[in-house]
Amino acid sequence: MSFINYSAREINCKIVYYGPGLCGKTTNLKYIYEKTNPDAKGKMITLATETERTLFFDFLPLSLGEIRGFKTRFHLYTVPGQVFYDASRKLILKGVDGVVFVADSQVARFEANIESLENLRSNLQEQGYNLDKLPYVVQYNKRDMAEVSSVEELRRELNPNNVPDFEAVASTGVGVFETLKAVAKQVLTELKRGTGG
Amino acid sequence: MEMLFEEEQQQIQAISDRLQKDSNAIAVLVINKDGQEIARSGQTSDLDITSLSSLFAGNVAATGEIAKFLREEEFGGQFHEGTKQNVHISVVARRAILVVIFDGRSSLGLVRLRVRKATEEMTKIFDALVKKIAAQQAAGIGGGSQLPGEITDEDIDKLFGE
Repeated sequence: MSFINYSAREINCKIVYYGPGLCGKTTNLKYIYEKTNPDAKGKMITLATETERTLFFDFLPLSLGEIRGFKTRFHLYTVPGQVFYDASRKLILKGVDGVVFVADSQVARFEANIESLENLRSNLQEQGYNLDKLPYVVQYNKRDMAEVSSVEELRRELNPNNVPDFEAVASTGVGVFETLKAVAKQVLTELKRGTGG
Repeated sequence: MEMLFEEEQQQIQAISDRLQKDSNAIAVLVINKDGQEIARSGQTSDLDITSLSSLFAGNVAATGEIAKFLREEEFGGQFHEGTKQNVHISVVARRAILVVIFDGRSSLGLVRLRVRKATEEMTKIFDALVKKIAAQQAAGIGGGSQLPGEITDEDIDKLFGE
């Protein structure tokens, strides 16, 4: 839930990166962290297992400057992608303002993407959200891998409503900021609608 | 959308300041359940408030969920004991998290006592705030009058330094 603090003149929004295990959610955040001006970012927190798999969440606070006197801050979270961490995923979705679904383009992960997207829908629904009404973008990650599904195939299954979507190679940064900008823009537009501005 | 106005922030800040002094604590933090700061008091300059807020919120969310699985309504508070510092965490009015960081100059008993009083006072303010926002939204004000009118592509590109 976006949080407008009139006292501190701040707008705070929460964006969640969702997707199947090892699709590159943490890699997206790491790239954003590396490439963001030190003044604009806080510490990146990673709650991971010993084998560097996300256990609870990654967290990256970004301050993106001001919109007419209000500091705009985005809190980026990832969820743990592994199937059995579903209870944690539900918690991270609480208060979400925008969702990035990171798909793994590799042919072998085609079904895992579909399963994760269904999981996203049902977890959102449980908390009274409808994915079709939330700021939402899709990223087709790992485009540099050898055996990948075509974007058309991925789009057909994962993006039937034609929300903004991006091809990406998160490890080298391709498409990472485009994805973030697209979701941030939708969140701000939604915020404006919500406040009658 | 959640909002915090200057008036209520100042009231919560005052209670937070008093709690920090009365409990002889190192610091007091008030954050919302999504992990965003509402108030801070005491020695906070060397604390990474943003990171801590997010972690406390994650912690409270996880503990609340554990309570549900155990068919407990909720766990009233949490206490973490360190070698030099201790942390007391509680939920206020189901919408905010009150964190007290203290050391040997205070005690868990004193902190609990003062937290109870502060919680009662803060609950009244949060309840009134909820009503205020509902009333404004019903009247179509939405608190949006001070917010940017038209957020343009340019505004957003500017945020990203383009």
